[in-house]
Amino acid sequence: MSELKDLIARSRWSATHASANGTAKVPPTVADLADIASVVRKNILVMTTAVNSGHPGGSLSATDALVTLYFKYLRYRPSEPAWPSRDRFVMSKAHASPVVYAVLAEAGFFPREELLTFRRIDSRIQGHTHIKTPGVEFSGGSLGQGLSFGLGIALAARLDGAAHRTWVMLGDGECDEGQVWEAAMSAAHYRVDNITAIVDRNNGQNDRHTNEAMGLEPFADKWRAFGWEAIECDGHDIASLAAAYDTALAVKGKPAIVIAKTVKGKGVSFMENNMAFHGKAATMDELRQAFDEIDAAMRRVAV
Amino acid sequence: MTTPTLVAPREVFGKTLLYMGRKDPRIVVLGADLNKSTGAWAFMQEFPGRSFDLGIAEQNMMSMAAGFAASGKIPVTTTFAVFGTGRPYDQIRLSIAQPRQNVKIVVTHAGLLTGEDGMSAESIEDIALMLALPGFTVAVPSDGPETDAVVRAVLTMEGPAFVRLPRAALPVIHRDGFSFRLGKAETMRPGDDVAIVACGALVAIALAAAEHLAREGVQARVVNLATLAPLDEEGLAQAARETGAVVTAEEHFIRGGLNSVVSQALAARAPVPVEAVALRSYGESGKPTELFEKYGLTPANIVAAAKRAIARKR
Ligand SMILES: Cc1ncc(C[n+]2csc(CCOP(=O)(O)OP(=O)(O)O)c2C)c(N)n1
Repeated sequence: MSELKDLIARSRWSATHASANGTAKVPPTVADLADIASVVRKNILVMTTAVNSGHPGGSLSATDALVTLYFKYLRYRPSEPAWPSRDRFVMSKAHASPVVYAVLAEAGFFPREELLTFRRIDSRIQGHTHIKTPGVEFSGGSLGQGLSFGLGIALAARLDGAAHRTWVMLGDGECDEGQVWEAAMSAAHYRVDNITAIVDRNNGQNDRHTNEAMGLEPFADKWRAFGWEAIECDGHDIASLAAAYDTALAVKGKPAIVIAKTVKGKGVSFMENNMAFHGKAATMDELRQAFDEIDAAMRRVAV
Repeated sequence: MTTPTLVAPREVFGKTLLYMGRKDPRIVVLGADLNKSTGAWAFMQEFPGRSFDLGIAEQNMMSMAAGFAASGKIPVTTTFAVFGTGRPYDQIRLSIAQPRQNVKIVVTHAGLLTGEDGMSAESIEDIALMLALPGFTVAVPSDGPETDAVVRAVLTMEGPAFVRLPRAALPVIHRDGFSFRLGKAETMRPGDDVAIVACGALVAIALAAAEHLAREGVQARVVNLATLAPLDEEGLAQAARETGAVVTAEEHFIRGGLNSVVSQALAARAPVPVEAVALRSYGESGKPTELFEKYGLTPANIVAAAKRAIARKR
């Protein structure tokens, strides 16, 4: 446990630039974002290994999309999580809570050390995201409900004339749920353009690959048929993600969805595309190997 | 005392389902992307043609099961307790309960024993939901051998049935091949000072509490109520009359579960003081043992409740 405490990572950007209220910060460069993503990956692994449970696979796949979102797009105040003008992020696939907590800690919502209380009794950071965690907007755990929740927030903002945006991340397996498509229909019907959905298209779910469990293709065309602007991108390339988010933000009069093509377990060779790590933590030995791989990948980026 | 063997009821379910599936070709299995976790995987490997993974789509699964039943099949739907009750509740009510379709709903990961996954996954309302459906058989086995017996029984009876299993392994408290009867309360330990009526994981805990009480000179009867519907009202009334005080113990919210049905039956047939050991709020993430401690489901909680019930005797 104390060994794991020493393994908790911290990005060079947050060490120097993150300010307490999040408003006067120096925006991170693309290199900074890559560094933050590697830190988030490490902390996902540390927190799940520390408690020997949790969902690393779908956390690692969502890392780059969330880091790009939180450190380049979202407006928020870590010291004032309920700031009324904050943008809202809804994690509909709430089992991927480790990535949310690692990102929120990096953004300054709570101390990184608290990541080691993940899934432990009396903790603020629960197995599935719950609003008792500073920065968490949605109590999840039953898949398929987050897009509807986000729509409620987006339409309330419209009623209030408020400028904040709502972003919702869905799993691809989650899109098996009928409610996702009910929400999709409603968003188009009400021409909601202050919401952006992101699908972590990692081709995996609990038991199997998505194409074996329940065919989703033609996936982007389904969203288009439901009245959405659908934008596909490389979910592990920050520039590609940013371009997709920019395109989505420019869409007016209808909702937009970014389908981020990702790899489940991204960044850790033995977790990549391996459904066994959907809901299983790495051992200590595996954790060391994973850290080496993440460091090596960072050195390649730096060159 | 020797350490009891621990067996996961969901693994027993998987084996029994496979065994019954080999004997009865009418059995089909429907799952919702949790088949490696519920025990259904073995059946699905051996009988791919009779297995239907619907992905993460529980409502679709329940209505489809009703269609299979209406065509003479014996569909078994499996997922976690929260996703197999609350999520597709209207589908269960309309397409299974009301037309009395022969669908078997077997859920796992019920209650606080789900542990680290936390509040959203810890189903503590599912018994209430299923008991609210007229004509549904509702069973909560207490260990591996009883899970085997319950699964065999529901697969050979006619009509809709619900079986609730935990994620965790439970101590084995029944001998293999013990005689099981659906709808009958089972006396696990004799005693005339108080009756502890329990189901599921709380039966073994009730037995531990009874040992503790015996050391203090209190003889507690332990009654295992594996079938909550149909309810063995006569068996319960007899236990109440012979002991004069009852404690109910369950891993479920206090309203709508074991305590509610037992109290209701006894109020009508044999009114005695009834004390409850049950959940009074939602849970959270943590180790199952820590959660049982924090939320009051330990032998000590049962002992205290037994003393309160006895003190209230007239
Ligand atoms: C309604 C519902 N059914 C089942 C589950 C159990 N479950 C948790 S994660 C998961 C697979 C999710 O797959 P996906 O949405 O693709 O997420 P990812 O692969 O990105 O982790 C399942 C079936 C759930 N949380 N909610």
